[in-house]
Amino acid sequence: MKDYRYLPGVSTLVLHVDSCVGCGSCALVCPHQVFALRDKKAAIIDLDGCMECGACALNCPVSAISVTPGVGCASYIIQTWIKGKDAVIECC
Amino acid sequence: MREIITNKGSCDCGVSGMAGLPPLPMFQPEPDDAPCCGAPPGPPASEDERPGYQLCPFVERFVETPIGQTPQVASALGVVDHFGSLKARLGINRDQYRIAPGLYSVGVAGSGSPVLVTANYKLTFDALRRELAGVDAWILVLDTRGVNVWCAAGKKTFSTEEVVRQVQRARLEEIVCHRQLILPQLAAPGVAAHRVRKACGFTVVWGPIRAADLRAFLSSDQQVEEGMRQLTFTMAERAVLIPVEISLIMKPALWILPALFVLAAVSPQVSPGLVWRRGLDLALAFGGGVFSGAVLMPLLLPWLPWRSFYLKGLLTGLLGGLAVVVGRGGMGWDAVSMVLLCMAVSSYAAMNFTGATPYASPSGVEKEMRRGIPIQIAALLATVALWVGGQFWL
Ligand code: SF4
Ligand code: SF4
Repeated sequence: MKDYRYLPGVSTLVLHVDSCVGCGSCALVCPHQVFALRDKKAAIIDLDGCMECGACALNCPVSAISVTPGVGCASYIIQTWIKGKDAVIECC
Repeated sequence: MREIITNKGSCDCGVSGMAGLPPLPMFQPEPDDAPCCGAPPGPPASEDERPGYQLCPFVERFVETPIGQTPQVASALGVVDHFGSLKARLGINRDQYRIAPGLYSVGVAGSGSPVLVTANYKLTFDALRRELAGVDAWILVLDTRGVNVWCAAGKKTFSTEEVVRQVQRARLEEIVCHRQLILPQLAAPGVAAHRVRKACGFTVVWGPIRAADLRAFLSSDQQVEEGMRQLTFTMAERAVLIPVEISLIMKPALWILPALFVLAAVSPQVSPGLVWRRGLDLALAFGGGVFSGAVLMPLLLPWLPWRSFYLKGLLTGLLGGLAVVVGRGGMGWDAVSMVLLCMAVSSYAAMNFTGATPYASPSGVEKEMRRGIPIQIAALLATVALWVGGQFWL
């Protein structure tokens, strides 16, 4: 996956280090190795590798991570533009 | 001899004796060895068949478990499986390619065997069991509406609730003595491991991303090596996505292609031959755009410059458009508008491919769409303007 890099500086991923208990779940589930454990705390080591899948946020037991997960699919996004974010959307 | 047997047969059925009438010839049962039309009958119904159900060809037998009979599946894929995979890959009835959710087993699964959780998309299920030759394990299939693990996790049908529901439905705590579920790592966007444990007492172990690594994972005491956690996007992985991308474009193409022929008819001198030729020019430019954006771009993905897909698509569309123009012997403004059409279509198709990649973030896609779509619309408007304008004024 290192050969594939997408647009930098767009990910909505935020880590609240203060509430992190260092369980390591986020580093385990992330398919892009965005997290690493440093001094018993999670750290973001590759923000631009994040594809906003939401796995880390969902699996953090103390909700120390926030990210806006979504579907990275153009026709889906066009429909949200037209119908609004909360509409029921047919997707690929 | 034959006569007698036949008559006796008709007596047995009690028809002829009733009112002393001669038996009706059409009700006379045929003797067992009477010649019959058509091929000889097939084998009798299997012991496992039940009214209202259909046996799946991949089920080898049913084994007794504390919760009743559960299907034991073959780890080798049969002809039917391969044919079904091919059809699904080509997009034929892809939405219907699912298996019944619930508990299955491979090998001789016992109370100590691991439990692998997966989606009920048949391709996913096949990919899993194919890797389990010689392994004894339970397979808990979730109802993901026939969608693969990654997409189902994103759509939240592969969810915490669904895992818990199927664990309870299969009464898993009576089947196995341990309290562990192995989930594919790519299900993590839909499943919160800590909540599964709270809800049903089973601990989630994140298995490797690819089913091919499962055997190594199971035999190494569930150690996941670095490579097993990393996504790949190889040429083969990109190529299998192409038919689906094309089938998504087929529906709008049904009205785009006629529209192109209408556009070809806008001209000072109209003759059927001319409209057909010019319509074909546009249709081929459109087709070239689909090919450049949905076939060439995915195949060449790692080698194309720029990170935005709409730019990659513009580039392959330029190449495709030039090829179409050369092939059709196009000239002047017609040629320019054909290339522009090809680029616009290719750019849009390429942008749509983001959703199929395992690395494009939605925020990034939205960002590139804000730039790409105006460019694509401008290219389309220029196509129409030059195509029509070239006929009348230029
Ligand atoms: S959202 Fe997904 S890709 Fe991004 S850091 Fe979390 S797990 Fe990794
Ligand atoms: S999952 Fe949450 S608590 Fe655990 S290491 Fe990551 S941020 Fe910290």
